[in-house]
Amino acid sequence: MSIWINEETRVLIQGITGSQGTFHGTRMVEYGTDIVGGVTPGKGGQVVELPGRSVPVFDTMSEAVSSTGAQASVIYVPARFAAPAIIEAADSFHELNEGGLIVCITEGIPTLDMVKVVSHLEKRPGVRLIGPNCPGIISPGSNGGCKIGIMPGYIHAKGRIGIISKSGTLTYEAVAQTMSVGEGQTTCVGIGGDPVNGTGFIECLEAFEKDPDTQAVVMIGEIGGTAEEEAAAWSKANFSKPLVGFVAGATAPPGKRMGHAGAIISGGKGTAEEKFAAFEAAGIHIARDPSKIGEALVSALVEAGLRES
Amino acid sequence: MNIHEYQAKAMFRESGVSVQRGVHCTTVEQALSAYDSLNSDIVAVKSQIHAGGRGKGDLFSPDSGELVMQGGVKVAFSREEVETFASNILGHRLVTKQTGPSGKIVSNLYVESGCDIAHEYYLALLVDREEDAILVMASTEGGVDIEEVAETSPEAIHKAWFLPSDGLSEEVAHSLGDSLGLSGTSRSSFAEMMVRLASLFTEKDCSMIEINPLVRDGNGSMVALDAKVSFDENAAFRHPWREDLRDISEESDVEVRAHEHGLSYVDLEGNIGCLVNGAGLAMATMDVIKLYGGEPANFLDIGGGADSESITAAFEIILEDSRLEGILVNIFGGIIRCDMVARSIIEASEETGLRIPLVVRFSGTNHEEGRKVLEESDLDVITVSTLGDAGEAIVNAIGGNQT
Repeated sequence: MSIWINEETRVLIQGITGSQGTFHGTRMVEYGTDIVGGVTPGKGGQVVELPGRSVPVFDTMSEAVSSTGAQASVIYVPARFAAPAIIEAADSFHELNEGGLIVCITEGIPTLDMVKVVSHLEKRPGVRLIGPNCPGIISPGSNGGCKIGIMPGYIHAKGRIGIISKSGTLTYEAVAQTMSVGEGQTTCVGIGGDPVNGTGFIECLEAFEKDPDTQAVVMIGEIGGTAEEEAAAWSKANFSKPLVGFVAGATAPPGKRMGHAGAIISGGKGTAEEKFAAFEAAGIHIARDPSKIGEALVSALVEAGLRES
Repeated sequence: MNIHEYQAKAMFRESGVSVQRGVHCTTVEQALSAYDSLNSDIVAVKSQIHAGGRGKGDLFSPDSGELVMQGGVKVAFSREEVETFASNILGHRLVTKQTGPSGKIVSNLYVESGCDIAHEYYLALLVDREEDAILVMASTEGGVDIEEVAETSPEAIHKAWFLPSDGLSEEVAHSLGDSLGLSGTSRSSFAEMMVRLASLFTEKDCSMIEINPLVRDGNGSMVALDAKVSFDENAAFRHPWREDLRDISEESDVEVRAHEHGLSYVDLEGNIGCLVNGAGLAMATMDVIKLYGGEPANFLDIGGGADSESITAAFEIILEDSRLEGILVNIFGGIIRCDMVARSIIEASEETGLRIPLVVRFSGTNHEEGRKVLEESDLDVITVSTLGDAGEAIVNAIGGNQT
């Protein structure tokens, strides 16, 4: 089992004819993702060749969803077109399927565009947005799996750990460390590093709590905002599985944006120290050293009686 | 992106947000003719730099380092005073609590008519990432540090939220004015200003507007006596006019150059240079260096689309730092292949004549090939495979734990 996606999930690519869309479309199909089509306005009727399949291109999401029965969409369009692309996807899924999953990889979307998107999504309760500015979501299967995003599929393996992260390559690092201690993943969700985004830590934890196959979760935050603190407080009251936490940016200076639009300590708020303290207060197993996330996971599993050593 | 007070006030004026008359100057002569043209008994002579705390800052001579004047914002009661203040400000180094000890050379000045102040308030608009909306913060405690107010008397801060698509309603603006205790002319003047600021914020894709102090003058009108505006860089494509407002001298030269190569770079105090792919991993790499007893010299994310050229540029940028004693490269290959990075490192090291210890950690796509490329080269490089080993190796390579 996994959360939100599985090997059966039918996926569309918005921006499929662009270089990113085709490149990652190929990688996703190779991993086992069921890519059923794509959208590029003005290129409806074309066909895109992906490994072992030719998929149709549509002008609109509405046509694409109704013709293919897709349940999810991944967005690779440039930043200036990304917000309208998310809204189009949300409306199509809402009208035709009463819900769906949108994964937005695009980096650099204007913050106020995202404020508009998030308030629009409140009127589309069945639609979930992951991202933007994220690596996507992946659920390894027994043979391949479902990968909706840009992460290297081969570093993952099916297992019992859920991973949630604001980062891209740091998520891969966490995956590699869990693999090095012999643990695979149910689902890894990259929620992205923008200040205003879709799915947050708490929604991921809620889903992992309900997923019987997920036995422990690794949560990777970073400086900026208070999402980690809120997730910690929520987990204390509502999350029953072992939880491991790391926060990147303990050495980051205040007032400087560390690559991600949201990674900034402003007005003395959003420091790694506060977040680690909130994790500790909530009983989360913390790894202050990012090279010891795997070790922290092992001790959390051992303590919960889920592993011998 | 930040702009100067005089630029922000020009924008306010254009949007109908009330400000005092003022003139932007770059020379003492201009300041004097500004004084003459303003025809006001009292004027404020204000240093224009992007950092806050100007009023309480100190001005130093850039050559001798001597203190020239206390206070980067001065009230002048005569033409002579304008001349003295302008000469003490222009060309001198202003150090405030936000500039750091090195301060900033002031090359712009704003001379503004004096204002008859009845009361000072605080007003700010910013994106509230927790509420996914624009937050308006107003306080009766103006002219002081808002973070202090938040600590000592949080009840003095009043908040309201609005969505860019809806704008700020007059009703909300009025009720915010009520909570500040405004009545009559001041109440309507405040509401009018609020609605205009709210649409300015949305139309220009601001990330923050801060007015401290916002004043009620003797006539009961609300006037923005200071103005701090910053813009969301992600929305720059919608606002080409912003380029004219950019003051390159306010931006770190190396950060600007890094940006041109698609790199994200932040200068830090330590001596271990970092070159990493991904912002989160770059921060984690800095954290590991510190945990193993070293000090990172920079944050550097080469991004997902890095190529040989941008990696060479990254090397050149890190090596400009004279304090540098070692370099740690940490790549988790996804789209980026480690063997490509390895070849770029060899090329860049040859070009830059690298003479300090280099530790490279590769993981992910083609990490074995990458390591092989490095090991078969003439480059003096320590290769490791885990993040922990990377931190330990670079700290040892530069002579061990420094803390």
